[in-house]
Amino acid sequence: MSIEARFTIRRGRGFTLDVRLSVPDRGVTAIVGPSGCGKTTLLRAMAGLERTPGSYFRVGDDVWQENGFSLPSHHRALGYVFQEICLFDHLTVRGNLEYGRKRVPADRRLVSFDRAVELLGIRALLDRRTDGLSGGESQRVAIARALLAGPKLLLMDEPLASLDMESKDEIIPFLERLHRRLEIPVFYVSHQPDEVARLADHLVLMEHGRIQAAGPMNEMLTRVDLPLARNRHSAAVVEARVTGRDEHFQLTRLGFPGGEFTLPGTGPAVGEIVRLQVLARDVSLSLEPHTDTSILNIFPATVTELADQPPAQVIVRLESGGVTFLSSITRKSAALLNLEPGSRVWAQIKSVALIQ
Amino acid sequence: MNPELTALWITFKLAGITTLILLLFGTPLAWWLARTTWRFKTLVEAVVALPLVLPPTVLGFYLLVALGPRGPLGRFSLTFTFAGLVAGSVVYSLPFVVQPLEGAFTAVGRRPLEAAATLGASPLDRFFTVALPLARPGFLTAAVLGFAHTVGEFGVVLMIGGNIPGETRVLSIAIYDQVEMLQYGRAHWLAGGLLLLSFLMLLAVYSLNRRFVLVRP
Repeated sequence: MSIEARFTIRRGRGFTLDVRLSVPDRGVTAIVGPSGCGKTTLLRAMAGLERTPGSYFRVGDDVWQENGFSLPSHHRALGYVFQEICLFDHLTVRGNLEYGRKRVPADRRLVSFDRAVELLGIRALLDRRTDGLSGGESQRVAIARALLAGPKLLLMDEPLASLDMESKDEIIPFLERLHRRLEIPVFYVSHQPDEVARLADHLVLMEHGRIQAAGPMNEMLTRVDLPLARNRHSAAVVEARVTGRDEHFQLTRLGFPGGEFTLPGTGPAVGEIVRLQVLARDVSLSLEPHTDTSILNIFPATVTELADQPPAQVIVRLESGGVTFLSSITRKSAALLNLEPGSRVWAQIKSVALIQ
Repeated sequence: MNPELTALWITFKLAGITTLILLLFGTPLAWWLARTTWRFKTLVEAVVALPLVLPPTVLGFYLLVALGPRGPLGRFSLTFTFAGLVAGSVVYSLPFVVQPLEGAFTAVGRRPLEAAATLGASPLDRFFTVALPLARPGFLTAAVLGFAHTVGEFGVVLMIGGNIPGETRVLSIAIYDQVEMLQYGRAHWLAGGLLLLSFLMLLAVYSLNRRFVLVRP
């Protein structure tokens, strides 16, 4: 099943939201784009908090909006985490958590009270008043409250934007844990590439109230026609499984469909699936496999696309075992190697970062 | 009963009933004013605020005409009755209740109500479980101001209620009578008693709710 959305909103001041979207109904879909492009409005439309006549919205089997029919927000099985923290100050933490939970039919419950409390690490806060909580604590309570409302869809509008660095670092692991343990689809609006790299499975790029592109995350990150692939920090994000350790040299080996990575350190356990970030500027290309080099990560790849990046660079999209990477090289190098779509090359990756 | 005590009783009964009626009808009005996007909303707000600026005698005069035997509400024969005083006081103290309530509802904002909606609360449910509790300081302000303002009412009472002992003779009028008759001693008792009672009332309310604010910054 999937999530299908078709929203049209016309407002004064020239803002129009015109969105057609179809994403799988599992995993985290990150919605990214410049401020004012309509990310929040899209999320609010999904929640039924905006009037959107003539729109269509279906989550799995549930049609929430269609031909003039629109399910009111309080009948939609969703959880919403607002950007600015919004707890009910007249209730304790426990009261806030119970607010949504007791309004949900028992058969729609997603997690038990204890599980939500444990997932977000808020047991010690239960009897506290909300106005004494830190930003990070409040947002964790807000997330638990949303989960306890039995959502079939979780909407998060820049949940970390109003927090300081420390609180962000405190919350991201909880979000990763939710991602791994819960099955419900999540829409996650964000400005921060690092959050997206850690959490998202799919990416929706928005601009001026429209969807510029949407698809699986790494495919989107490595599309040379999109702005994501064209900045200094452009990178591929690859999932890999820890296949072994080298105790002698203190290295970790990770397998992905195109080959094997070797990473310094022996942090992750064997069998664990991790995300790796490969920056375009750390990938160099050669026509022959070099063995007389300090670089450990070398594997064959096929050039699929090239895009000029003035003044002097070229962004090369590579494919290896179905996984795509980016390489940023000079136009001169591209000319010397005579690269064109279909060229067979060897990718040499200077460094790979474990995302965590 | 002692005529002064009777006047005191009538005053407090009038203020209590008026405040109750205003809270009951002022709440939906204030809620609507705080949330509507209707473009003539300011018109309603201006009408609600009128008693703030009108001299009480002007208000009393029109009420007298309206409630009088030939007025549009004449068939209820409310002039010079306690019920007539209540009707007049409700109009007279309306802004003192509606404005703090509207301010409180506006301060609550849309966000907590939207949050409640996404948590499965129906519109009525979220009004009672989120809007009302969060607007509580505004309710205390409204109740105290409405009550105190009705206790201090003079011009309107004189115009539509007259000075009937045991029926419409409230404290402020009793004090005026004593001063007219140069009975300063009795006037002192009444004025001082009213001062003390008002002070105790406010003190109790402030202690009950420390977050209580009379005027929003």
